[in-house]
Amino acid sequence: MSLDVHGARILFQFGPVMITETVVNTWIVMAVIVGLCLFLTSDLQVHCRSKRQIIAEFIVKKVNAMVGENMGEHFLEVGYAPLICSIMGLSALCSLSSMVGMYAPTSDLSTLLGWSLMVFVLITYNKFRAGGPLGYIKGYFEPIPVLLPFNIISEFATPLSMAFRHFGNIASGSVITGLIYAALAAASHALFSLIPGAVGQVLGQIPILQVGIPAIFSIYFDLFSSCLQAFIFCMLTMMYIGSAAEG
Amino acid sequence: MNEQLWTKAIVMGSSAIGAGLAMIAGIGPGIGEGYAVGKACEAIGRQPECKGTVQSTMLLGCAVAETTGIYGFIVALLLMFANPFIGKL
Repeated sequence: MSLDVHGARILFQFGPVMITETVVNTWIVMAVIVGLCLFLTSDLQVHCRSKRQIIAEFIVKKVNAMVGENMGEHFLEVGYAPLICSIMGLSALCSLSSMVGMYAPTSDLSTLLGWSLMVFVLITYNKFRAGGPLGYIKGYFEPIPVLLPFNIISEFATPLSMAFRHFGNIASGSVITGLIYAALAAASHALFSLIPGAVGQVLGQIPILQVGIPAIFSIYFDLFSSCLQAFIFCMLTMMYIGSAAEG
Repeated sequence: MNEQLWTKAIVMGSSAIGAGLAMIAGIGPGIGEGYAVGKACEAIGRQPECKGTVQSTMLLGCAVAETTGIYGFIVALLLMFANPFIGKL
């Protein structure tokens, strides 16, 4: 029984810059998304006739409705809908890429910390815009000045907890999938070695139980969890930015 | 040499126990999420027309409640696969 849990492998190294699996896989996912966008939006017509235009319109309408509902109409006009949609698409496809055997970029903490850093910048920008520099500093002394250290901690805890949540969910899925594979290999070895003679020895070496059974768990850990975490990351982004702008 | 091996064994064993203890953090989110889902079921039963809103709010709340459990998981993961103590021996 062998269990192999590892981080992103380093593929190339240019001096101090290391190109890991995460970077390469993220670029692959980005290329897939660009290809998907080009495919869905090619040959658009006023009266929609093709299936792919229906899909494209459905996505745009859904995201616009979500942003308008959770952040307010103002953010829809400024153009936050494409940002939210691209975060969601990137997050979902990055997590789903583990289904084709790639190393999911979202099971690397660096990716999520990068995304949540972007969200942190947007939150701070919106706070500045809503209340000005003075209002931003005043926000740290509310409701009473004694709470200043806690307010500073909670300011940094927001992006950190977002990153850790997404990372933890995807990484725990891959750890549990690895455990299931290792346990099934051990179980099938123990089970089929009971068959006497050469047949049992041959069958005992092949992990037969690994066929099919992990797929049931994969539905939850890969399909459901990936899409749910993408949705939750976007919802939290929208809510934090929306509430920052309210002041 | 032998003594060093013993030290390493003790550190690794303690880390494994620590990882197990860290995963006790999973109890809290389990109870919390179960409670939230139960309440959401009640709400949907009372007002089935609000199903969509209740569902998305519940999923969001569950994700936020999950955070403490995830912190425990990350501590366990660090102790198991990126142990900071072994390097200090």
